[in-house]
Amino acid sequence: MGKTIIRRFIIMIPQLFVLSILVFFLAKFMPGDPFTGLITPQTDPARLEELSEKAGLNDPWPIQYVRWIGNALHGEFGISYTFKRDVGDLIGERALNTFWLSLLSVTLLYAIAIPLGILAGRYQNSRLDKTIILYSFITYAIPTFVLALLFLFLFGYKLEWFPTSGSVDIEYSSGTLQYYWSKFHHILLPAITYAILGTTGIIQFLRSEIIDAKGMDYVRTARSKGIPIKKVYTKHIFRNSLLPIAAFLGFTITGLLGGSIFIETIFGFPGMGQLFVSSIASRDYSVITALVMLYGFLTLLGSLLSDIIMSIVDPRIRIE
Amino acid sequence: MAKRKRKKYTKNAPPTGLQVIFREFLKDRVAFFSFVSLVIVICGVFIWSYLFIDQEALMRINLQDRYAEPGGKFLFGADQGGKDILGQLIVGAKNSLFIAMAITIITGIFGVIVGLICGYFGGWIDNLFMRIIDFFITIPSLMLIIVFVTVVPKYTVASFIFIMSMFLWTGTARLVRSKTLTESRRDYVLASKTLGTNDFVIIFTGILPNLSSIIIVEMTLNFAGNVGIETGLSYLGFGLPMSTPSLGTLVSHANNPLVLQQYWWVWLPASIFILFMMLAINYVGQALRRSADSKQRLG
Repeated sequence: MGKTIIRRFIIMIPQLFVLSILVFFLAKFMPGDPFTGLITPQTDPARLEELSEKAGLNDPWPIQYVRWIGNALHGEFGISYTFKRDVGDLIGERALNTFWLSLLSVTLLYAIAIPLGILAGRYQNSRLDKTIILYSFITYAIPTFVLALLFLFLFGYKLEWFPTSGSVDIEYSSGTLQYYWSKFHHILLPAITYAILGTTGIIQFLRSEIIDAKGMDYVRTARSKGIPIKKVYTKHIFRNSLLPIAAFLGFTITGLLGGSIFIETIFGFPGMGQLFVSSIASRDYSVITALVMLYGFLTLLGSLLSDIIMSIVDPRIRIE
Repeated sequence: MAKRKRKKYTKNAPPTGLQVIFREFLKDRVAFFSFVSLVIVICGVFIWSYLFIDQEALMRINLQDRYAEPGGKFLFGADQGGKDILGQLIVGAKNSLFIAMAITIITGIFGVIVGLICGYFGGWIDNLFMRIIDFFITIPSLMLIIVFVTVVPKYTVASFIFIMSMFLWTGTARLVRSKTLTESRRDYVLASKTLGTNDFVIIFTGILPNLSSIIIVEMTLNFAGNVGIETGLSYLGFGLPMSTPSLGTLVSHANNPLVLQQYWWVWLPASIFILFMMLAINYVGQALRRSADSKQRLG
């Protein structure tokens, strides 16, 4: 078990290394330099030279790369040039928002997908099954930003059930009950949108698992022992079919990260995805590189998590 | 005599190729309707935009018609520059569809070739490409596409297609590789090898035709996915250059809350069009997938 995890971790290192080189060069090629916002036409060119000398921009690139990666490993990504703040702090703040959004999304996602998947599998080929399949088909086909916009238009502006942007109302002070309620209220609509979009894979997987399980020997044994059909479903089949679903968790997190760029931009939610889009627009490349690296790391972590859960659940795929 | 025998034979033979697909579509009415309407929409969009729309006149700003309501001078209204929404919708759809097709074809060809070679030869070539594919799968590709788009100095439609293709070929390559692996152990391949047939002849005349149905399904579904990704990126402002109308840029007018609430005709038609395209292409893809797999066929 431990071996599997360690091996997977070792595989991650070269991938992160290649990604970091790619990101480093992309940052180098970005138009403009980090001082774009600081200089005015009156700025002395010598002063500019001094600035870039101080920032180490005149060194050969391997030295710059080593310095950058060294700082990154210490959690220092430099200063954001638009926010004039430490990038680590800035991202940390946004990451917390994204974290809560993701947590609620994943909870809702499983809360929607698991019952639907079980029902569809249990009542195979019924009208209910067909409706669920149609639902999962539509949510699979619809692009994130279209559904998010339609929801924002319908539930945010027309029906006014949900706030349309931000993460919390300003009037409430931190710590009060209203504050937490307002926060929850703000992330609810984006989370529902995400949850609906992500259900397809789990529903279809669970459905086919249950259909397969129906014909298994252990189900027949249980039935012939006289266990009521309802109990066979809730105790025997459900447990067996649910294990592989646990492994989806890692991929769900990976998917969430990609979707967060759209969802957070549309719902005006101050998370990491929105920060990324706004930093691209303002060419704030210390933030961009940090975010791409962080997302890369989290994506790898997501697939690692899936593998670990899988190897706990299914001993056959452990690496010896 | 011989003629009659052949006739009898074809009558009893199991349906093959196009026949299977045709039967599948007849059986699934939604897929049939999707297919017909897709053909009409795609042909219509291309013909209309090339023959009847003058793009320069369309993109000319006319403040008198600012946010003109639908029904009057313009059938679908106008945006904040007084530009006709219907015209932009048609041209945008043409651009989005063209780009999605180009990306699908480029990634399809590249992915299929890589997949075939990796699956057939194995060895170091397979190892090398699998490592590369693993890398592409574990990176946040959407973010990197956005970064690439902002970095490229002379940004055109061609560079956009190139950047997208760079990140999107891996899925096809993986699928084709795994299918080639099982296919290349079949008897007919081994027999062909024993006879001394050139490896590439086996790959392209033996294995490739047997994978064609899977490849067609994969490319259809990729096409839908690419329409989604292109419009999504254009929506965020990292897709097509602003001067080229795209479905995504039309939808992105909705980023302005005022437009989102009051001038719904600016963004809603494009959203519905995208939704329709995605559903229709996916339906066709599902029907094709079923006809490629005899266990799932309806017809």
